[in-house]
Amino acid sequence: MNKTRASGRTVGGLRTLSLQAPAVTLLLLWMLVPLGMTLWFSFQRYNLLMPGMKGFAGFENYQYLLTDPALWSAMGTTLLLVGWVLAITVVGGTLLAVLFQQDFFGRGIARVLAISPFFVMPTVSALVWKNMMMHPANGVLAWLAESFGLPALDWFSSLPLTSIIIIVSWQWLPFALLILLTAMQSLDDDQVEAARMDGAGPVAIFFFITLPHLKRAISVVIMIEMIFLLTVFAEIFVTTSGGPGLATTNLAYLIYIRALLDFDVGTASAGGVIAIILANIVAIFLVRMVAKNLEA
Amino acid sequence: MATLQLNSVVKRFDETQVIQGVDLEVKDEEFVVFVGPSGCGKSTLLRMIAGLESTSSGDIVIEGQRVNDLGPAERGLAMVFQSYALYPHMTVEDNMGFSLRLAGVAKAQRRQKVLEAARILQLEPLLDRKPKALSGGQRQRVAIGRAIVRNPSIFLFDEPLSNLDAALRVQMRIELARLHEELKATMIYVTHDQIEAMTMADKIVVLQGGVVEQVGSPMELYHHPRNRFVAGFIGSPKMNFLPVSVVSAGDEGVDVRLPGGDVTRVPVDGRTCEADQSLTLGVRPEHLTLDETGPLRGRIRVIERLGGQTSLYVDMDEDLLTLMVDGDVTHRVGEEIGFTFEPRRGHLFTDDDIALASLERHPLASLTRQDNRAASDAEA
Repeated sequence: MNKTRASGRTVGGLRTLSLQAPAVTLLLLWMLVPLGMTLWFSFQRYNLLMPGMKGFAGFENYQYLLTDPALWSAMGTTLLLVGWVLAITVVGGTLLAVLFQQDFFGRGIARVLAISPFFVMPTVSALVWKNMMMHPANGVLAWLAESFGLPALDWFSSLPLTSIIIIVSWQWLPFALLILLTAMQSLDDDQVEAARMDGAGPVAIFFFITLPHLKRAISVVIMIEMIFLLTVFAEIFVTTSGGPGLATTNLAYLIYIRALLDFDVGTASAGGVIAIILANIVAIFLVRMVAKNLEA
Repeated sequence: MATLQLNSVVKRFDETQVIQGVDLEVKDEEFVVFVGPSGCGKSTLLRMIAGLESTSSGDIVIEGQRVNDLGPAERGLAMVFQSYALYPHMTVEDNMGFSLRLAGVAKAQRRQKVLEAARILQLEPLLDRKPKALSGGQRQRVAIGRAIVRNPSIFLFDEPLSNLDAALRVQMRIELARLHEELKATMIYVTHDQIEAMTMADKIVVLQGGVVEQVGSPMELYHHPRNRFVAGFIGSPKMNFLPVSVVSAGDEGVDVRLPGGDVTRVPVDGRTCEADQSLTLGVRPEHLTLDETGPLRGRIRVIERLGGQTSLYVDMDEDLLTLMVDGDVTHRVGEEIGFTFEPRRGHLFTDDDIALASLERHPLASLTRQDNRAASDAEA
């Protein structure tokens, strides 16, 4: 690593190391201490309700968790939630980006409005959806259904996960739109015109020119959203509290149940470790995909 | 392959009119160059022909058919953009075959056509590369190849060489001229570089402020500019302009008094002139010659030696004149020199910048590139 560049500056040598050390140390502490504590607790018998029963538990916590059907259901819910929200926001964001790229009256205001849901905090947006949109008696959706003569739907009891997906998508669609709209603006007009001269209609231009151009931005959107969507919590906590049953309990919410409702720190920590492993599996695929795209 | 006619074509953007009624006829197999300073509307006019800009009024006629309402693809034209506008995610082969792919041509046939175009442009070894792995000149050739594959009735070029370095530009200029002969296609070429215009064109269209100032062969524009703008725009370095006054005028020529007091007869039609009228005399730098007894005198301010030729910038009263003289002159800055010009090399412009017609037409004024070729064919 001690390469000396033409300028004579030592890279990674002792002189620069002393300057980097504070930042590196801080980052390491920031990451390693929580990780180490989680790992430590995951091997401990540690329940807040039973203060006396402390001690090394071996793989007991993991065994307990992995044989618990709730874990597998929570994993499935997590993947479903992440997958659907990603699909909706990327497809919707791309189409909206194309739409908002067109020149129309009031475009600036429309863009700001379309992006604004991203600035609403998750708890607030979940409350708004719960009490004003999806409420079976007072909600806008119920009113709409009734004005068409349809029965009002109790969203959170009949379609709980779908409701959560809708809420989270509503929050993250603006993010995808923002990134993709910015990417759209760097599309060379000449390229579009060359395609028009070559006989491409709007649909062909979208698939052959716009979409390939957006590929990189789309992979960035997927990566960033994935990081945040694996840990969705507030929306579930505020609306369904993980229910009915375990229908909307994702991994983050399951850990919360174990740690702060059951007060079982050991099992919750084991769940945390499993969540880390899941996130890393996803990340491996993701980083490969994105890295390939960023190179191209 | 095709002819093009523009009949009082106008383009308005909101209130501003950028093309103010252009009439033009492009003959089959002709190489026409639109030239003018930036913002003169030459690119807009080309884009209107291409169908990328709508036409506010007037007719665009290709091969006898009015195409105003046809889309860019239906006009059967192909355009080469200044930025090349290659599709970055496609290989060279896919770039060139894109129009055929959209038209639903079978893969084997597509490949054959692409190979054919690639052979003309020597692009065969590059067919599998992506545009970013190509040099500027190669990208330019791919862009031209993409146009050739479409087999268009007219080729449109929008400043295609301005992103290339000087040496490559010369090479591509020759290549384009060769291509024009090989394809026998009608070509319209936009540039702000008058050297490109002079060397490649059969016919030059000089535009300024959305108006056609003059249409003609390169030599006609050089020897018989219709007004002061064309005179100044064509030729490098720029033509010198001097204030003169008429001593006497008639259909034999105009006698003008030069700034130094001498009188010279310029052989132009002076029937519209009166005595004492003030005119502008235009003489090109290469037509001013050193002569100690000459009627014009000035002090050298700057000397630029190019080797074969030397430019002298000479102060004369208020004006700074340019002389292109032999490379071996030994003059120094600050020296006073005398110089003169052949009267037939002089141009006279009235106050509204219109040139007085020459009495004698220059023998090369009607020469086109096609004539050049015919001569060389005859020799062979």
